[in-house]
Amino acid sequence: MFVIVVGGGKVGYYLTKELIESGHEVALMEKDRRRADQIKDEIGSVVIAQDGCEGKYLHEAGANRADIVAAVTGDDEDNLVICQMAKHHFDVPRTIARVNAPKNERLFRHLGVDEIISPTRMILGSIEQDIPVHELLHLAALGVGDLEIIEAHLQPGSPAIGRLALDIPVPNGCSVFGIIREGEPTPLKGDTVLSEGDKVIAIGRPESEEALRELLIGEPEES
Amino acid sequence: MKAVIVGCGRVGAGLADELDRAGWQVLIIDLTTAAFDRLPSTFGGTALRGDGTDEDVLRRAGAEGADLFLAATEGDNRNVMAAQLGVEALGARQTVAKINDPVRAEAYALLGITTLCRTNLMMTAVLEFLGQAAPERPGIYPVERSHAHAGDEPAPTPAEA
Repeated sequence: MFVIVVGGGKVGYYLTKELIESGHEVALMEKDRRRADQIKDEIGSVVIAQDGCEGKYLHEAGANRADIVAAVTGDDEDNLVICQMAKHHFDVPRTIARVNAPKNERLFRHLGVDEIISPTRMILGSIEQDIPVHELLHLAALGVGDLEIIEAHLQPGSPAIGRLALDIPVPNGCSVFGIIREGEPTPLKGDTVLSEGDKVIAIGRPESEEALRELLIGEPEES
Repeated sequence: MKAVIVGCGRVGAGLADELDRAGWQVLIIDLTTAAFDRLPSTFGGTALRGDGTDEDVLRRAGAEGADLFLAATEGDNRNVMAAQLGVEALGARQTVAKINDPVRAEAYALLGITTLCRTNLMMTAVLEFLGQAAPERPGIYPVERSHAHAGDEPAPTPAEA
């Protein structure tokens, strides 16, 4: 596969190295000449010391035949433009953007970026997993539409405890597909009864989340 | 008529003043308050310090439903992002983005944003001044079709968004 990586920071640098090691053809674009030269000394001629936001240089890097363009600079607006240029101007089949501000994720997805990686969101998700919360946990965002994988940890007070899993009236735009019970992934069967401590895993749209929360977590306790 | 202008440089400040004089309701946003020194003391619109590529900032400033949304910061990509927020999230009727890279200017015009390309404007002006024929290189690329984000889908109307 031919991958164009734009942005020669830490992420771009290690990404390029790994891709080369796995045998892919890579071009790394870094507009800062000093940084570009520094990487060139280490990993060779795949480095192009040009701005990947500029149409001319994307073209010279071979965007016309790239299978993937990964925009991993530190600036969200640059990553958006790189992916849009790749997709709409050069017909690159798959575009991946690093997004730093979580609130930009929705806009990027809406504007047609195929895959969005948000380090901020991932770290946030990891912190949330360690804190007992009475909310739904967002495990991952899927590339399709606005879909997200959600986890609900059933705790005392949950209206779902004691019910048959398949009887739960899940809202439209949502699908419950498994539970984690005592650390073990457990498929949903006709006789699966939900119990305290289960982690229920669902795929859903943001708008069906509130209904799902009420079904699995329950009403927030008055304080 | 309502105008939102992101970036209070010479172009942004100049247009803010002109539109204000013409009776428009003008909101101008810049990252630094010093930029607002470019506005004349007679300016009657709103000047707000903030990030014009931040949807929350734009909403709090009341940037929704503008007749004109102009992105005129120094960064092509910031302008692209602000303009797309203007049209997709804030329901601007008309959006103009300053994009100095001719390739990007043309590409985004095809995607439905009117783009203003200083490079082409100046090249054309100089060639015309010299009496030479200027190649077909428009300074403003008008919108070819409505803003399409993910290929062929039509852009949502503000009510759907």
